[in-house]
Amino acid sequence: MDHLEAIEAQSIYILREAYKHFGKLGMLWSIGKDSTVMLWLAQKAFFGHCPFPLIHVDTSYKIPEMIEFRDKLIKELNLNLIVHQNKEALEQGMNPKKGRLVCCEHLKTKPLQEVVKKFGFEGLILGVRRDEEGSRSKERFFSERDSESNWDYTDQPPELWDQFKTDFKKGNHIRIHPLLQWREIDIWKYIQRENIPVVDLYFAKNGKRYRSLGCYPCTFPIDSNVTDVEGIVEELQHTTQAERSGRAQDQEDAYAMQKLRSKGYM
Amino acid sequence: MTELAVKIREKLNIVVVGHVDHGKSTLIGRLLFDTNSLSSGAIEKVKKISAQNGKPFEYAYLLDAFEEEQKQGITIDTTNINFSTEKRDYVIIDAPGHKEFLKNMISGASSAEAALLMIDANEGIQEQSRRHGYILSLLGIKKVFVIVNKMDLIGYSEAVYNDIMRNFNKFLSNLNIYPIEYIPVSAFNGENITIRSDNLAWYKGVTVIEALDLIQKDPEAEDKPLRFSIQDVYKFDTRRIIAGRIEAGTLKVGDEITISPSGKTTKVKTIENWPHEHDKNYVSAGMSVGITVEDEFFNKRGEVISHNHNKPQKSNLFNANIFWMGKNPLVKGKTYKLKLTTQEVECEVFSINRVIDSSNLTAAEDFTAVNRNEVAEVTIKTREVVCFDEFAEYRGTGRFVIVEDYNVSGGGIVLKTDDTLKNRILEPKSKSLKPRTRLVTREQKEKKLGQKAKVIWLTGLTGCGKNEIAVKLEKKLFELGKTLCYLDSANLRFSISSDLEFNESGVYEQTRRIAEIANQFMNNGIITIVTSISRYKKARESAKEIIGTDDYLEFHIEVTEAVLKKRWDSSQECYYEKSDYPVRSMYIDDPNFNADEKVDLIMESIKDILQ
Repeated sequence: MDHLEAIEAQSIYILREAYKHFGKLGMLWSIGKDSTVMLWLAQKAFFGHCPFPLIHVDTSYKIPEMIEFRDKLIKELNLNLIVHQNKEALEQGMNPKKGRLVCCEHLKTKPLQEVVKKFGFEGLILGVRRDEEGSRSKERFFSERDSESNWDYTDQPPELWDQFKTDFKKGNHIRIHPLLQWREIDIWKYIQRENIPVVDLYFAKNGKRYRSLGCYPCTFPIDSNVTDVEGIVEELQHTTQAERSGRAQDQEDAYAMQKLRSKGYM
Repeated sequence: MTELAVKIREKLNIVVVGHVDHGKSTLIGRLLFDTNSLSSGAIEKVKKISAQNGKPFEYAYLLDAFEEEQKQGITIDTTNINFSTEKRDYVIIDAPGHKEFLKNMISGASSAEAALLMIDANEGIQEQSRRHGYILSLLGIKKVFVIVNKMDLIGYSEAVYNDIMRNFNKFLSNLNIYPIEYIPVSAFNGENITIRSDNLAWYKGVTVIEALDLIQKDPEAEDKPLRFSIQDVYKFDTRRIIAGRIEAGTLKVGDEITISPSGKTTKVKTIENWPHEHDKNYVSAGMSVGITVEDEFFNKRGEVISHNHNKPQKSNLFNANIFWMGKNPLVKGKTYKLKLTTQEVECEVFSINRVIDSSNLTAAEDFTAVNRNEVAEVTIKTREVVCFDEFAEYRGTGRFVIVEDYNVSGGGIVLKTDDTLKNRILEPKSKSLKPRTRLVTREQKEKKLGQKAKVIWLTGLTGCGKNEIAVKLEKKLFELGKTLCYLDSANLRFSISSDLEFNESGVYEQTRRIAEIANQFMNNGIITIVTSISRYKKARESAKEIIGTDDYLEFHIEVTEAVLKKRWDSSQECYYEKSDYPVRSMYIDDPNFNADEKVDLIMESIKDILQ
């Protein structure tokens, strides 16, 4: 077994554990490369099926190609998708100019909390990876959130030998992170090996491509002429730039992600 | 095909452990820095935060991402960081050194194959140096480098280094850990990390980076006998797919398999995949797979699939070494949840056999509880029978966790278990019993005796000729060099069972006693022949349960009523309830029957089984 096969096997194991233990289970799909790989892994785990709904928290500021790709794939694969927005905040004109972290909180964290409550989710599958940023590097595969989606990161329970936290107080929920130990390069090598369709925004147009996708006011493309997956794999081996350097909210504060994530951000 | 085009580099997980402030985070930061593994953003960020906190460039901030960690200068939780050498990719796992965060250290270390154990040359061996050494041994991590850090603070003294090496080796050898090398370094100055140091010219061994590249990756457990634990059974479409992970061994289409603990056997029909172009007919250790089987009986999560000839052990009692991380002490008699592979059962600690202070290996006096951060040898009793293996032989099926109040609170590894305490043990009247961990196994005894121990259970009504067959069978096996025990039910009525009545409940109790005695002999490697009327089906089933389906060989000596009456007592009751499961039956219709012929028939059917 090579390294990719090993992490693939572990992710499938995690998805199956989640499906077995949580009656109310959903998978967050941001339309980006990571959660698209995760959707592929789910179909592998369940032999061509995805036995839980996908959830897209739509801020209304997503790059239009993302929404196009989302609707096309949902139709092709006949998937069950829940789209949720914080309509109230949008009607009141929430936007990044009111403060990027404030905007993230109202248009991402809040609607995510709402979706959990509305559907009574016990388990939420998310495609976060440890190598993305500091607070994610400290995550567990199965990570508990309280009834208000808060994360007590200073006192996480032990997690070992693929025995995960599947017992929790009613009203709380578990965040499941099947891709936690994947690296950015693993994601792309896997996309290459498995031939997984991803949104075109990752490939260069006019000397620019997106390395990480988010809302258009806060996400900036990088300089690149790479137009295929092989090129991305090659490019990543030589870059010293951080993957999320084009994500403005991360740069707001030294502990921005920790602060967002402790309140329930993805 | 694209599959061939993707070049995958080898990846190795390494944990860095040791006492608080002995330089774990600094070493890792230095490794990342010196191998250019950091993004420009990461360095800028650390520079900025260091300045904000009024510190010079703090390597540890690269790992200690939480505000609380950076402000207080401690590592709370474990972090995974990637870096690469020419040879391969690494995940370096930084583990906290504070005693109060031992649970996080264990969470991090449990996914590592190798360890760097840091010791501050100036402070010497400390409490967590030893405790972490002990935890490594329990986690089964044998590839260990000891890093003797802060050599600059002791004038690069070879004598101090030798002293630490001598003392720490003495401690580690008790745990069966033999470090590959002790590397003297100054992590802060970058000496002997990636570049050799002139100050340490007396040291001729490898640098840290060279050491990492020396470590050989663990082979997958492919060469071991098959262990496939069922995770779930899916019926999304027409297929009924048994999903799970191969913990050890290999499996292919057409293999004959046993499902434990039920003992049912069937054949692998297909190995399922998605997408279909990935179809394979052979899977091996480490893979998450799905199969369909020929006989579609009820399967459930927790069952373990193996090949027919090498099954996992099953019992509701076993000995284990555990480490406790729970908020409350682990106590005897309380109900906990045990998770072993995909099995989940209620359990209790039946006895605490030894509590060890892992920081100095002394045994504690108090055997009533295991406190947080302590290590103990315990006997665990589960509500239902579970399947497991000894950890030293099988990792996946030899380790478990204990859950208390929603949280994983302890981890344990299964020790060599007493072979006579298996299948299902009963509740003793005393709570102070302690099953021992044996040093010699049944298997070893069998090997020495050149036989496989079984119980040959001859049943049949009085006068059927079972005793005559049994004594001749005993002689025949004896002459073949076998080591034997013969338990004649009638004889036991003169001794151990002289208290029993000759009624139905007396018969049940008599069968139970014979089965338990036979079980003891057999599990000490001895072929045991039993003669017992055993007319009740339920009594025989309970004997089979006590002895174990695989070890219980039932022979029914069947005879017509007319012959019986003629040969024995015309007034006897000829009631015999037949078994539901297949039994080797021999029919006797000749009043002048020849026992030797029947012995030959029995020999024919068991000779391969006893080898």
